[in-house]
Amino acid sequence: MIYTVLLTDIMHVCRFIARFFSEVFRPPYEFREIAKQCYNIGYRSLTLVSLTGFITGIVFTKQSRPSLAAFGATSWLPGLISIALVRALAPLITSLIVAGKVGSNIGAELGSMKVTEQIEAMEVSATNPFKFLVVSRVLATTFMNPMLMLYMAFIGLVGAYVNVHMSEDTSFVAFFQHGFTSISFLDVFASVIKSMVYGFSIGIIGCYQGFNAEKGTQGVGKAANQAVVISMFLIFIEEMIIVQIVNQLRPS
Amino acid sequence: MKKGPVKIDKQDAVISIRGLYKSFDTVDVLMGMDLDLYKGENVVVLGRSGSGKSVLIKLIAGLLKPDKGTVKVTGEEVCQLNIKELEHLRLKIGFLYQDSALYDSMTVKENLEFPLVRNKRNLTRKEVDDEINKVLDNVGLSEVINQMPAELSGGQKKRIGIARTLILQPEIMLYDEPTAGLDPITCGDVIALINDVQQKYKTSSVIITHDLTCAKYTGDRIALIVDGKFRREGSFEEVFTTGDPEAKNFYDYNFIIDK
Repeated sequence: MIYTVLLTDIMHVCRFIARFFSEVFRPPYEFREIAKQCYNIGYRSLTLVSLTGFITGIVFTKQSRPSLAAFGATSWLPGLISIALVRALAPLITSLIVAGKVGSNIGAELGSMKVTEQIEAMEVSATNPFKFLVVSRVLATTFMNPMLMLYMAFIGLVGAYVNVHMSEDTSFVAFFQHGFTSISFLDVFASVIKSMVYGFSIGIIGCYQGFNAEKGTQGVGKAANQAVVISMFLIFIEEMIIVQIVNQLRPS
Repeated sequence: MKKGPVKIDKQDAVISIRGLYKSFDTVDVLMGMDLDLYKGENVVVLGRSGSGKSVLIKLIAGLLKPDKGTVKVTGEEVCQLNIKELEHLRLKIGFLYQDSALYDSMTVKENLEFPLVRNKRNLTRKEVDDEINKVLDNVGLSEVINQMPAELSGGQKKRIGIARTLILQPEIMLYDEPTAGLDPITCGDVIALINDVQQKYKTSSVIITHDLTCAKYTGDRIALIVDGKFRREGSFEEVFTTGDPEAKNFYDYNFIIDK
């Protein structure tokens, strides 16, 4: 019974994704709404991402220092932190923040529009609610998530530098030069791509949950909650798969 | 509140429903319904809560699919249309929701602009603004143009809901409980507006209600739903003077003010 429900749900999500791809390239385009959603999702998440990135940089450096100091290898700190931040921490933490902040917001907003018949009202006034509500939001999460990720990686490195600078007299330029020489184009490229994949998952799951919300306010709460839980779960699954693929591509 | 004279073309049915059935899970809601709406006419569909009135207009607008039967709107069979054709047909239909369903993250102006700019893409900014001002003027609410839906009263929301449908100049209006939850004076204003829309925009309307005052003053014809079918059809007097127990029940539980 539970497998049937799960399979039906997966089938519905696949149909929802197929509809997204069939609508995204077809005019008319909702440029204004896409820009508005990019602003809401990207710009309005900056404070949270900055704070989390800065703290992550400080904490990670603080935790790594004793282990490296035991081998007299504290000079590796910038490289180690850069690799950790760019390859794993920044994409994962940014996406989890976006899933929590933006995914729940999308689920609740569309869910509330669904139960108050606003989505149906758009449909009946001969406009396409899917294009206006879903396509714009999914595009915004897909393109804003990698931008936030890159920004977070930078802020994380600034946090790491601040911590390193408190113990050693390292210059900002030297720290970043060392950090950047440790990471490759593949590291950055893979992180951007996986952040896009995570962003797409956050957007599509949030929209799907909101678009299919029912049973009044209880349904809205459930849509918001499910949007966060499912997209976070998907992010970890996708991380596991993408890491395997990237490791195959990485020169030994 | 009395209606002015209206021209009804009994030869031209803009909506034609035949043998309509609809059920949800095990609940049969509509069981073989037939109805014609003629050009220029207001038909009031009366019925108790849960009798399938709202389901009926959602079937007309193509928001639901019938289990059996046909719904023709301006000659086109709704459930046979593809998405593009349905969108085109919906340009002819205005739908007022019971709770108005205004887009709550947009101002009144943006609510009115939303369907207009997406369906008439060649309009200039000035023409869009003119259309919005005209339609707001027609519903008597020009002053709320920059307000958010949450700042409006129930009656104002209904009027803006009507304005949003009128902006596309529909041929057919579908009103779902237009006077529900309003005080008697605001009810009177909404009733006057419905009649005004019929006169000015030459619309044909299906008005879903259980408010007999609304039915009496807006309907050219009344249709009473009982057990998923139309039990009585005719003028207000014809329906409520037949001695039908369901019609009598309905009448007795409503407070009619004869003006």
